[in-house]
Amino acid sequence: MPDAANTRPAGGADDAPAVEVRDLVKRYGRTTAIDGLTLSCARGQVTAILGPNGAGKTSTIEICEGFRQADGGTVRVLGLAPSDSSLKARVGVMLQSGGVPPAMRAGEWLRLMARFHAHPLDPAALLDRLGLSEHARTPYRRLSGGQQQRLSLAGAIVGRPELVFLDEPTAGLDPQARYACWDIVTGLREAGVSVVLTTHYMDEAEKLADQVIIIDHGRVVAAGTPATLTGAERQLRFRARPGLNLDELLSALPQGSAAKESPAGHYIIEGQVAPGLLATVTAWCASEGVTTEDLSIERRTLEDVFLELTGRELR
Amino acid sequence: MTSLTPGYDTARPLRSDQAMTTTLDFTPRPGAAPLPRMVLAQAGAEMRAMLRNGEQLLLTLIIPVLLLVGFSQAPLVSVDGARVDFVTPGVLALAVMSTAFTGQAIATGFERRYGVLKRLGATPLSRPGLMFAKTAAVLGVEVIQVAVISMVALAMGWSPHGDPLWIALLIVLGTAAFSGLGLLIAGTLRAEATLAAANLVYLVLLGLGGVVFPVAKFPEGVRPVLELLPITALTNGMRSVLASGGGFPAGPVLVLLVWATVTLGVAGRTFRWE
Repeated sequence: MPDAANTRPAGGADDAPAVEVRDLVKRYGRTTAIDGLTLSCARGQVTAILGPNGAGKTSTIEICEGFRQADGGTVRVLGLAPSDSSLKARVGVMLQSGGVPPAMRAGEWLRLMARFHAHPLDPAALLDRLGLSEHARTPYRRLSGGQQQRLSLAGAIVGRPELVFLDEPTAGLDPQARYACWDIVTGLREAGVSVVLTTHYMDEAEKLADQVIIIDHGRVVAAGTPATLTGAERQLRFRARPGLNLDELLSALPQGSAAKESPAGHYIIEGQVAPGLLATVTAWCASEGVTTEDLSIERRTLEDVFLELTGRELR
Repeated sequence: MTSLTPGYDTARPLRSDQAMTTTLDFTPRPGAAPLPRMVLAQAGAEMRAMLRNGEQLLLTLIIPVLLLVGFSQAPLVSVDGARVDFVTPGVLALAVMSTAFTGQAIATGFERRYGVLKRLGATPLSRPGLMFAKTAAVLGVEVIQVAVISMVALAMGWSPHGDPLWIALLIVLGTAAFSGLGLLIAGTLRAEATLAAANLVYLVLLGLGGVVFPVAKFPEGVRPVLELLPITALTNGMRSVLASGGGFPAGPVLVLLVWATVTLGVAGRTFRWE
């Protein structure tokens, strides 16, 4: 039995999801930041939590990390309560900012984090992989924002965790640093590590995530794989004079197609976008004496879905 | 599954076992290090941070040594016997206060502000483990302070008396009492307020606690109150052993024990980690 205890992390059913949140509620004073949020993150997968500012992303992730107390609902991390101390060695955490003493050198901090774990990654090799080797002796406060982010990411994974929480890991990174971060997340996923990350970037979620959870006003508004969220079907878009009779157009199209004008003069046809459809639309337009412009066929992006669900107003 | 680190490593020849260390295998293999190793690593990091920080060094070494030299050489206060024999125990007590209280309060206040304590809370190092590490780091710095101050004092003709065991006991208890006080402030006030309060309390206790001005010079009425201050207890205890070769300093030990129990107890309840 001692052997089994060594090879198998203590506590928490192994078939439990990486993270399971049910009816989570969190209030700050009179503001309800999380309002009955329910989500589940599968083991060994990358889950991206997307949402506008103030949607409740960081609150949710910090409750899962055990930093904040929920006001209602249940949260299980690897099948355990977030406060369970046995999770500390099994879960890696990257805060949205800070966490490192400003005067401490990058390499010194990562070695310290490694010393807390039984089987850590080699800190020097990890710094190298993240392009920080030259800055190993640089105090944290003298690192650029992107370098600080990468060091923080290194600290989250140096202990070889089963699950990592990354709170906006690529916010403010230049393209190279972002790519380095994506490379790490992909590597973690291939090695069987569960990853839960928050992000503002649609392309990041689309590229990295097995599952995307869009939250807004403290609730889940959509969840699924990037493909199911964006839909398999593609769209045909074109511009023409405003006010075309769409009912007439639809009657010429195959069953199950949908057409809308939004905004005025911009038309979107959704449905089976087969080559015939293009011909039918252009033929109908020609018969109506309508000139079409910018006619294109494209897939709905996650950004389209996101903006449809969360609105376009700034906050 | 995982790739070799690109770039630098291919340029230099590697033995196969070295090459292995540059391969990053992300396969989960979680586990906490043994507690002593974690505590030692954290204590080492904290000690290095204290010794690298200029303001901290000013507080923990430069000011005590300047006071020691100044008050031993110049006839600023009249005492019985050699001035260095009177001043050194007080300066040793001051050194303990500067590290355990002022330095620790300020450092911890800013650690809280920068999210350092929060981040440490997500590591396998438990909070008691972190407290052990902080205490070990403070004691480590105190060993250096005592060595430096003693050497300077000896060079000026200091002749210490008494049992070193009592000195060690007083320093440990003083450290506990001042750490409790420092953490109480750092765990409740903002970092800037902690900075101001810690410096203010340091100055007030330096003036009132018999460090260089004998408590006997204060009016009779306030003396019993002053005797109950942790700095006065530590100073008197150190002086009774080092200057007079006295035995077990029961009174000071009791006062420090009460301070340590109360401040650590309250700090433990009120400390906010974020």
